[in-house]
Amino acid sequence: MTGTVLQLEHVEVGFATADGTVSAVSDVSLAVAEGEIFGLVGESGCGKTTLAMATMGLLPASATVRGAVRFEGNDLVGLEPEELRRLRGDRISMVFQDPMTSLDPAFPIGDQVAETITAHRDVDTKTARARALALLAEVGIPEPERRYGDAPHRLSGGMRQRVVIATALANEPALLLADEPTTALDVTIQAQVLDLLRGLRRRLRTTIVLITHDLGVIAQICDRVGVMYAGQLVEVAAVAEIFRAPRHPYTQALLAALPDQQQEPGSLRVIPGRVPNLVTPPPGCRFATRCPSVMDRCTVVPPLAHETPEHLIACWLSEATKRAADPAGAAAAGGAA
Amino acid sequence: MSPRARFILRRLLLAIPVIVAMSIFVFLMIHLVPGDPVQTMLGFRATPQNVATVREQLGLDRPLLAQYLTWAGGLLHGNFGQDFISHTPVATLLRQRLPVTIELTLLSMTLAVLVGVPFGVRAAARPGAVRHLSEGWVVGGIAIADFWLGIMLVLLFAGIWQLLPPSGYVPFLKDPVQNLRYLTLPVLALAFGESAYILRTTRGAMDEVLGTQYILFLRAKGIAERRIVYRHALRNAAAPIVTVVGIQFGVLLGGAIVIETLFALPGVGRLIVTSIQQRNYVVVQGGVLVVAVLFILVTLLTDVIVGWLDPRIEEGAAA
Amino acid sequence: MSLAVASAAPARRSLWRRGILSSRKGRVGFAILVGLVAVAVFAPLIAPHDPNAIDASRILAPPDLAHPFGSDALGRDVLSRVIYAYRVSLGVAVGSTLLAFLVGVPLGLYAGYHGGWVDTVIMRPIDMVLALPAMLLAVALIAIIGPGTNISAIAIAVIYMPILARVVRSSTLVVASQTYIEAARARGTVNRKIIARHVFPNAVGPAIVQATVLMGFALQIEAALSFLGLGAQPPTPSLGSMLADGRDVLTQAPWVEIFPGLAIAITVLAFNFFGDGLRTRLDPKGVAR
Repeated sequence: MTGTVLQLEHVEVGFATADGTVSAVSDVSLAVAEGEIFGLVGESGCGKTTLAMATMGLLPASATVRGAVRFEGNDLVGLEPEELRRLRGDRISMVFQDPMTSLDPAFPIGDQVAETITAHRDVDTKTARARALALLAEVGIPEPERRYGDAPHRLSGGMRQRVVIATALANEPALLLADEPTTALDVTIQAQVLDLLRGLRRRLRTTIVLITHDLGVIAQICDRVGVMYAGQLVEVAAVAEIFRAPRHPYTQALLAALPDQQQEPGSLRVIPGRVPNLVTPPPGCRFATRCPSVMDRCTVVPPLAHETPEHLIACWLSEATKRAADPAGAAAAGGAA
Repeated sequence: MSPRARFILRRLLLAIPVIVAMSIFVFLMIHLVPGDPVQTMLGFRATPQNVATVREQLGLDRPLLAQYLTWAGGLLHGNFGQDFISHTPVATLLRQRLPVTIELTLLSMTLAVLVGVPFGVRAAARPGAVRHLSEGWVVGGIAIADFWLGIMLVLLFAGIWQLLPPSGYVPFLKDPVQNLRYLTLPVLALAFGESAYILRTTRGAMDEVLGTQYILFLRAKGIAERRIVYRHALRNAAAPIVTVVGIQFGVLLGGAIVIETLFALPGVGRLIVTSIQQRNYVVVQGGVLVVAVLFILVTLLTDVIVGWLDPRIEEGAAA
Repeated sequence: MSLAVASAAPARRSLWRRGILSSRKGRVGFAILVGLVAVAVFAPLIAPHDPNAIDASRILAPPDLAHPFGSDALGRDVLSRVIYAYRVSLGVAVGSTLLAFLVGVPLGLYAGYHGGWVDTVIMRPIDMVLALPAMLLAVALIAIIGPGTNISAIAIAVIYMPILARVVRSSTLVVASQTYIEAARARGTVNRKIIARHVFPNAVGPAIVQATVLMGFALQIEAALSFLGLGAQPPTPSLGSMLADGRDVLTQAPWVEIFPGLAIAITVLAFNFFGDGLRTRLDPKGVAR
């Protein structure tokens, strides 16, 4: 593990809507190391996609981003649109959830891969085409020569997702943001796509941030995972650690909710309550309204702190958090990442 | 046979029953006239002899089906009957007048597209002043009647400023410059309204396309915005735009009827109107038939183009 | 703000806003239409002068306080003439569209609901009509029957009926495939009742929006037909014939030409805006064009 490829510092994202400002991401800080597969997990609407979009600079005009998003040391938030565009598809790539709608229906798939290359590299069309063919083969498209000129609708969902991944990796980016890359695919294809991502990390040292709501996917390929709830980052740890010893009440409830063999039929364990309104979020920890261990203190936002060097948690139940908030012990505790 | 060829053939075959049905309607026109069409036609010249002669000429005494078949057969040979007033073959009249109408409608549609599409693209890509202007253009173009606009243009350009002629026509081959001078105001009058519909459709289609996931993905790939808008978005938005152009062509042909009358252009539209006033049914039939077939062919052409633009349509139809 | 208060707030928004005219555009259109309809209905009361009163001293007189729209070649007050002509033209526009609605909607409903050969039998001829340019068809019909106010109304109705039938058919197809229709059928409800009670109320929305927009254009078509001498015949006044007459004095008295045209444009605008306002409630998917 060498440098930090992606560093988020106190990132906040708000959307201006008719009903008020939606606080989609609230004070998120994390660091992703080179070559790591970092999972970002949470239920729909928890802000994980928004965070990725903020990193890419693809949020609509109604969004305001505060804080710093450092890629290889440079803050992306204040970057000129043209500079950001140059980074996208070249040094940072993103793959979206639904492969059926990610490709231009009127364009041959091969050209869509080649287009990414010509947009960022000074090569002629022949070279770009050759490289695109190689990429299609690499991601496992059978008979790439024949399929190069096919329109997207002639390919299955799994195939299309491979093409999408090929486009994302065309310029060997340092960072790949994959937003639910397997959610729209069935299980067997899922496994293949995850294998593909793992292989690519191995060969190219690509750093991958994998966004998903599926804990199973996390377990299969991630090294570390961050848990988000209602726009807040509540826990970060190595995958094995998260499954073995989750510390945040939300993570615990999430894992407890997974159905298992020993369960009685008809007794799904659910998390009572509902996700808070993000226009008027509760002050402090946003899980407070549904937390079985809620305390008075929870009306203040718990800072993210190192429970162990590898395990971060933002909860007043944790000694590390209490120490991080306590001015007297701040120097010793070490604070948030 | 390739899917494309099969698709085109299918569309062609589908057009035939429509043309036949339409020819039946046009054929029946003279028979649906209340009272005796021949008497009405001849008016003050309706002596019993004349009536009988014309009746025989038009074959109105024969059984309906026989009449239709003779008439249709004649059409296929280019015989559209005879103008009973001037004794000119209707086909000749049509041949003289059709180019005028075609020139008028083609120029108008071209101008409308050249204005409407880029305007629509720019209005969609960014909100703000351009978008507001486009809203105004659309409302104005739709609400203002083309012939009223034509009259207003005549008031300005021919009446007050005396820059362009208020009416009249010179064939293009005889004098291209004059031809265009005479056509400027009629084309402007028609094109303004048309451009509004094209602008609206383009803007709407572009709005929709620009909101799709694949456009977002193109941005994520770092493709230049210009390329995204023109190479990708417009390409995908083209199908509904072409469809509207095809539909609007019909509106344009209808509008040409009034505009030709207004500007005294010797086109088929004006021919139809004057012939109606003269109760010259045979000429009316010929004119209506020609314009209708023209429109059906334009519709066919737009279908084929849309099919080419969106290969899924071609494959779906041929399957 | 507590949760209870937050959820009570929407109910306080006025009925006017939440109702059919949810947009400002719709309200503007509605207001203008109310005004226009009032003018048409109360023409004799609103017109300041007798539209046919010839006044030799006011030939081609420009607009002034007593005659806001000026006077024409016979010294007649243009404003009064426009008002009376508007009455006729608007009547044709509304009447023809209503007729098209009354005929086209049931046809579209039946075609969409039953599908199969019923659909084909109904829609094929209708599609044939759509294959012709509208003005051409209107002109052809008038060629056969002869010019007149009523025939132009019928001609417009003939042009519009297929459009409305198509719109209703599209929305019927969607509605008829819904589960609650299947449930009604499973309960043994007779088809006719299903259509009347369940399908029609849900499918008619877009057709209403379409009809509203079409009314404005009907006025334009009526004016075009009258302009050509194929619509309302003298002495019946009409905006189109006023436009035709105005051409003779175009440079000397442009107001004779301007105001009837403005009346048409404002009407089309009002119907369009009103239709747009109805869209949010009646046609959220944008079936009507």
